[in-house]
Amino acid sequence: MATARWEHFAHEADMGVRGIGATKEEAFAQAALALMAVITDPVTVAANEAVTIECQAPDDELLFADWLNALVYEMATRKMLFSRFEVRIANGALTATAWGERTDPARHRPAVEIKGATYTALKVARENGAWVAQTVVDV
Amino acid sequence: MDIGQFIRRSEYEWEIAPRGAMRVPAIIYANEPLIRAMDQKVYEQVVNVAALPGIVKASYAMPDAHWGYGFPIGGVAAFDPDQGGVVSAGGVGFDISCGVRCLHTGLVKDDILPVQKALADILYHKIPAGLGSTGAIHLNVAEMEAMLTGGARWAVERGWGEPADLERIEEGGQMKGAKPDNVSEHAKKRQRDEMGTLGSGNHYLEVQEVTAVFDRTIADTFGLKRGDIVVMIHCGSRGLGHQIGTEFLKRMVIAAEQHGITLPDRELACAPINSDVGEEYLGAMRAAINCALANRQILTHLVRESFAHLLPKAKLPLIYDVSHNTCKVEDHVMDGKPRRLYVHRKGATRAFGPGHPDIPEALRSAGQPVLIGGSMGTGSYVLAGTKEAETRSFSSACHGAGRAMSRHQAFRTWKGRQVIDELAARGIYIRSPSSRGVAEEAPGAYKDVSAVVDAAEQAGLARKVARVEPLVCVKG
Repeated sequence: MATARWEHFAHEADMGVRGIGATKEEAFAQAALALMAVITDPVTVAANEAVTIECQAPDDELLFADWLNALVYEMATRKMLFSRFEVRIANGALTATAWGERTDPARHRPAVEIKGATYTALKVARENGAWVAQTVVDV
Repeated sequence: MDIGQFIRRSEYEWEIAPRGAMRVPAIIYANEPLIRAMDQKVYEQVVNVAALPGIVKASYAMPDAHWGYGFPIGGVAAFDPDQGGVVSAGGVGFDISCGVRCLHTGLVKDDILPVQKALADILYHKIPAGLGSTGAIHLNVAEMEAMLTGGARWAVERGWGEPADLERIEEGGQMKGAKPDNVSEHAKKRQRDEMGTLGSGNHYLEVQEVTAVFDRTIADTFGLKRGDIVVMIHCGSRGLGHQIGTEFLKRMVIAAEQHGITLPDRELACAPINSDVGEEYLGAMRAAINCALANRQILTHLVRESFAHLLPKAKLPLIYDVSHNTCKVEDHVMDGKPRRLYVHRKGATRAFGPGHPDIPEALRSAGQPVLIGGSMGTGSYVLAGTKEAETRSFSSACHGAGRAMSRHQAFRTWKGRQVIDELAARGIYIRSPSSRGVAEEAPGAYKDVSAVVDAAEQAGLARKVARVEPLVCVKG
C-alpha cells in the first residue's frame, strides 16, 4: 500500500507539484496539498469552510490540470487557501470538497500566487504500485 | 547544452537544421557560455515549435531563453495564416501581455536619498502587491467591457494618467480587435478586484538610478542621462489573462486534434489562425492585452500619487511601455515581399529598428525602447531596437535575465530576511509581504542580466542604451 504524500519537483522558472497515493483520488488530493505548499505551509491553513468543485475532461491528465486550475480559480475569487481535500472521480468527472479559510496575508505570508497549472511534465499514472499525479504550475 | 548539437553560424547564432517534423530551422542567439548554461529543454522546445503548421523562416530563442511551457521562455515564432499558420495560447503564456514600463521622474539620486525609506514605505502602502491583495477599483459589467476594449486609453479617460502617456505605449495604449465577449465570465470574475495590483512572483516596481549610459545619442532621445532616477513597473494582465490562458490551453488541445495537428507536447496546444477557436482566442487575448495596459496605467497613477506626496516637483512622464508575452499581427519583409504574420513572443520583447512607423515620432530615429528587467539586487537595462533585428528575429530581443536556479533551490539557499538586510546595507530598500517570496527571488537565483544584454547587442538584436540600478523595490 502506497503512503499518501506530496512533493515538489524542480522546474527552471517555476515549480512542479506531485501527489502520490494508493488511489487516483488520493494522488489528486495530495497534489492539491503540494499546490497549496507552493504558496504557504498548509499546516497554517484552518479547514473551516467547505467549497465544492466539479470538473470534467476527456482524459485523466486534462482532468488533473482542470482540478488544479479549479483550485487556483477558487483561491483567486474567494480569496481563500485550502488545506484538506476529498476527491471522487467517476467516468471522467471529478467531484471534490476543499476545506480552507480566507487568506490572511499577515499569518499565511503567501510566497507567491499561482497563475495556472500547465501541461508541462503533466502525468497521471500508476507507478510501482502507487498512483502519481503531477504537473508544473506557473507562478 | 552541448554545443556540438548546433551549426555555429556566428559567435552569437546557433542553428539546428530542419530534421524530423521540423518545417524550418531553429536558431538560438547567445554567446557560448550562455548556450552552454542553457537547459537541454530549450533545445527540445525550440525544435518542437519549428514543427508547428505555418511557421515561417525559423523558430527563434533569445539569449535569456530558458525552459518554458511548450515554447521556451525567450521564444519567437511567426505564422502565416495563408499557409495553415496557427495561434498558440501556450506560445503567448498565462500572463498575457506581461511587460515593463519605465517612467522618468525628473529627479536625481540626491533628491531621493533623504526620503528613500519613506518613498519605499509609501509605494508599498499604495501599490497592492502579493497574493490576496485587492485594488481600490472594482469594475461593474459595463466598465469591465470598456476596460477590455479601451486598455490604457480607458484608464486615462477615467483620470488615471495623462493623454500624453498613450503615445508612449505599444499600440497607442489600446489593442485593436479585442473581443470582450470572448472573455469568459470566470476570467472577468477573477479580475473583478485585481485592477491596479502588482501581482507576485517576478513582478516588481522599482525606483532606479541610471548608473551608465552606453549610447548618448539614443539616451538623449529617450530623455535619459547618468544619475537620473526612473521607475520601472513589471506586471501583466493579472487573473484575467491567467484564466484566458488556462481555458484556451485546454480548448486548443482539443482543437489541434480536430484539425489533425500532431502536438509533440500538449503545452504547444494551438489552433489554425483561420478557425473558430483561433479567432476566438485572438479576440480574448487582445482584450487581455488591454487589461495589462490598463493595469500598468493605473499602477503608474498610484506611483505618481506616491511621489507627489513626498517629492512634489517630480513629474514622472512615461518613457515607454513594452509587452513581452503576446501574439501580434505584423508586416515583415521576406524575400523582398511584405508578409502579414502572427508573431508570437513568449518572454521576448518587440524591438523595431529606427524609422519604423509604429514607434512614436519623438523616439522613431532611435529605435523602439526595449526594457529589460534584471533581478532586484543587480540592475536592469534600457536598449533600443535595431534594423538588423528585422531580418534576424522578426524585430525581437530578450526580456530579462532568466532564472539560474529553481524557486525551490533558492528558498533552500537563502532566507528572505537575510536578502532584505544585505540589500538594505547596499542602499536598496525591499518591501514585500512575503520573506519566502523574497528568498525565491533572491538576486543569486537569476542569471547575470549583463551577459544576456551583451549577447543581445552582439547578436545585433538591440543596442545597449543605459543601465539602471535599484534604490527601492516593491515585490509581490
